[in-house]
Amino acid sequence: MHRNKFLKPKNLILCSFLFITACIEDAPLDSLSPAGPYARTIDELFWLTFWIAVVIFFIVQGALLFSVFYFKDSPDKPEPKQIHGNNFLEILWTIIPVIILASIAVPTVRTIFDLAREPENALKIEVIGHQWWFEYKYPDYGITTANVLVIPEDTPIRLEMWSNDVLHNYWVPKLNGKRYLVPGQKTYLNLHADNAEEFWAQCGEYCGLSHSKMRGRVLSMSESDFDAWVVNEQKNANTGLTEGSLAYEGQQVYLNAGCTQCHVIGGVWDVQGERIAPNLTHFANRNVFAGAALKNNAENLTQWLANPAELKPGTFMPNLELTEREIEALIEYLGTLK
Amino acid sequence: MTKIIQPKKQRNIFSRPTAEEGVWSWITTVDHKRIGIMYGYAAFFFLLVGGLEALLLRIQLSQPDNNFLSAAEYNAMFTMHGTTMIFLAIMPISAAFFNYLLPLQIGARDVAFPRLNALSFWIFIAGGLFLYSTFLFGTAGAPEGGYLAEEVSRLASAPNGGWFGYQPNAGLKYSPGTAMDYWAIGLQILGIASLVSAFNFITTILNMRTKGMRLMRMPVFTWMTFAVSFLLAFSLPIIAIALFFVTFDRQFGTTFFLTEGGGDPVLWQHLFWLFGHPEVYILILPAFGIVSEVLPTFSRKPLFGYPAIVFAGFGIAFIGFGVWAHHMFASAISPVAQAGFGLSTMIIAVPTGVKIFNWLGTIWGGKLTLNTPMLFALGFIGMFVIGGLSGVTHSVVPADTQQTDTYYIVAHFHYVLFGGALFGIFSGLYFWFPKVWGKMYNETMGKIHFWLMIIGFNLTFGPMHWLGLQGQVRRTWVYAEETNLGFWNLIVTIGAFILAIATLIFMANWMYSRRKGEVAPFDPWDARTIEWSIPSPTPVWNFSKAPEVKSLDDFWHQKYGEDEDGRALKREGADELLAQLEDEGLNPKEEIHLPSPSYFPIIMAFGLPFIGYAVIYKSIPLALIGVILLLIGGFGWGTEPLEEEFESSEEEKPDMEKPQNYE
Repeated sequence: MHRNKFLKPKNLILCSFLFITACIEDAPLDSLSPAGPYARTIDELFWLTFWIAVVIFFIVQGALLFSVFYFKDSPDKPEPKQIHGNNFLEILWTIIPVIILASIAVPTVRTIFDLAREPENALKIEVIGHQWWFEYKYPDYGITTANVLVIPEDTPIRLEMWSNDVLHNYWVPKLNGKRYLVPGQKTYLNLHADNAEEFWAQCGEYCGLSHSKMRGRVLSMSESDFDAWVVNEQKNANTGLTEGSLAYEGQQVYLNAGCTQCHVIGGVWDVQGERIAPNLTHFANRNVFAGAALKNNAENLTQWLANPAELKPGTFMPNLELTEREIEALIEYLGTLK
Repeated sequence: MTKIIQPKKQRNIFSRPTAEEGVWSWITTVDHKRIGIMYGYAAFFFLLVGGLEALLLRIQLSQPDNNFLSAAEYNAMFTMHGTTMIFLAIMPISAAFFNYLLPLQIGARDVAFPRLNALSFWIFIAGGLFLYSTFLFGTAGAPEGGYLAEEVSRLASAPNGGWFGYQPNAGLKYSPGTAMDYWAIGLQILGIASLVSAFNFITTILNMRTKGMRLMRMPVFTWMTFAVSFLLAFSLPIIAIALFFVTFDRQFGTTFFLTEGGGDPVLWQHLFWLFGHPEVYILILPAFGIVSEVLPTFSRKPLFGYPAIVFAGFGIAFIGFGVWAHHMFASAISPVAQAGFGLSTMIIAVPTGVKIFNWLGTIWGGKLTLNTPMLFALGFIGMFVIGGLSGVTHSVVPADTQQTDTYYIVAHFHYVLFGGALFGIFSGLYFWFPKVWGKMYNETMGKIHFWLMIIGFNLTFGPMHWLGLQGQVRRTWVYAEETNLGFWNLIVTIGAFILAIATLIFMANWMYSRRKGEVAPFDPWDARTIEWSIPSPTPVWNFSKAPEVKSLDDFWHQKYGEDEDGRALKREGADELLAQLEDEGLNPKEEIHLPSPSYFPIIMAFGLPFIGYAVIYKSIPLALIGVILLLIGGFGWGTEPLEEEFESSEEEKPDMEKPQNYE
């Protein structure tokens, strides 16, 4: 079912510009490279509409340009005939568009209801929008995670979504269209990835200062990898760190600097109830952090912990005035959270 | 029926202003032409401001992960760009055309309520200044509990919740400070200006038409003014209520849109777009009217399917109230609503298509003069068609859920509102330039303007389709380098600067030609409608005597008949007729009574911002100043001497066939 995206007509048209290189690079948020049945249905509908639009485009622009060149004023041209209208033509160009639109309307309405239907045997995952990151909960497995949504390949997923603050809009372009996350009510979105692959997600709706940095990753993996992932996620973090090691020191920083006010690390300082910041129990297994705006590496973490608001304006994570040593220890500790 | 008018002796302490030149004459004027010109300049000023804001946005986006603007500044700039262009540039520039042209096209001496007309202009100015005073006094910041690494600059102290102000993000908790209050109350004030003029224009069109000007003989531009006035009258109350809710939520702790108080943020979306979609047609229908005047004139053919174009315009206006939820396809609405609004959105394409085909029918078989206004009108068709077709892809709901909130949408509505509305407006500005100033614009510069604009426009907004489909989300301050969107963004930014250069050329042409341009004859285009049957620039009294209209395109038919083949044939004596019209137009035989200037509209208008400040700062003294200004304005308005009271007249009953000014 995979089509080669570079042979698609619109790509070819656009690539006919001189700057071919700009098109060939991969765009991770490309909505024209579907990687699952939902996105593919939408893609087919888009191209149907696109081609109809292209035909109308050429007819209208052709008539326009033809008129401009052919009926242009020249000295020997006689005065034009004074035609006031033509009822037959009026009826014609009312009815033909109606027929064309009807031919788009039928598949449109059908697809709307197809996409909204809850798939059978779907894996249910809850998506909760926060300024500015996505939280994921797996009610069947008792897992809470953030920023990276892990799903099994070739399995229908049913997302149940709401927002904790303002409106957000969940979008994984290669898997489906967008759906808002609204405070106070639930919305639903289906995902389905053909293969094991990493996808990009992005918040679509303007949600305040760091809207542009509210991103995400969707990691689809084979059934067995997914099962292993679930088993690991259900475990608590390792608390048996060697006293005196840098990681142990980092754990002490985590416990004493105020991090536990907002974060949870399972097994360490267990708390009941919700926390406003991402669950860090298996932080080291995620390749991104801070709303998936930053890659999970020592350099980014150092910068982040020194002053979060510098990287993510408006963030709710305060600058804890950590020393360089404390930051180093924290990073070491976070690295153990696998 | 010539008679000498003797003003009755004044019955009031306030005498009406008398200045005919200088600043005071402009401040106190109630002349629809002067108000139109002031609307035009003020709106163009705001267009430049909005354009500068857009350039800042484009510099920021010219490369990935750029740091030219801070996030707070970027958000304030895109909010102000949208708000400015819609409410302070395109809407009032259309109002400039309505004001200047409407009475001329229907053969009236002024609008129905000249002082009300001045009031709506000054409220627009007051509202615009109020909104922009946010850069001086406003405050903005991180949501409650959030942190910023740097202080909020003045540039960022502007409304930052988007021109659509989605709740609860634009509420007090997530947008603290006063900036969003400036936005909500500023739009409220601007809404009053538009409502006032809507009723004024509706009354003018219904009551002030000259003899023989039946509805189906009105020029299409007048028809579109009529449609827009109804759209304003029906849609603005909705946003007014919604904005009151917002102001109450922010100022007095109500919870109309807050979930924690039982409110609903999706309600705001419904209310906003129930106004917002008709608003789109408020912006585009005037341009439809303008090109419907320009195309026949320079094709030397009547408008093809005049009744179809008129009815299609009203069809669009009517259906425009039933498509709002297509802005919300990804929001919390049911599949049934998605299907319904998807279908109604498809249906609105039909009357729009009818208009486009009729315009093509108009130029088909014509004798086209490709001067600047015509080029802009033709460019309008070409660009608007692209915007219309991408609009159809939004009605395909599943496809729209991919496109919504991306640059694909940004591309779409700029093709409609820039390639459509603004190209139409430029066409009109060149077309009526000689009528307004009595000078010709420079054709070469005009053509350079057009070509730069159409190239810059497509370079700016064309690639945005592609960027949107490739996943660039709207209203984003930065995009990651890995998304590979940098190249086309750079092209877009280059295009934006070409547009800026084109605009400078337009301004140079305007300023030069107004002073040094060739003197314009009063009918330079061999035009069709009666505003061209009077001298250029338009005399202060418009028509020296009320014209009588015998057909659609009356002025053309006075000049031209048809030969056996149906080709236009100049009537004998047409040239003499023109000379006679000019002479009559410049030397009225009868005493002409014009509405007198007044101080009070501007006094009343400037009461409103004080009330706005009073609400924001909860200040009784400011409220008192505002209320007192309103009262002085209203009292003075009601009691200033009316010069309509004559000592004596030959007839007691007013002559209904002559244009009247009801005050």
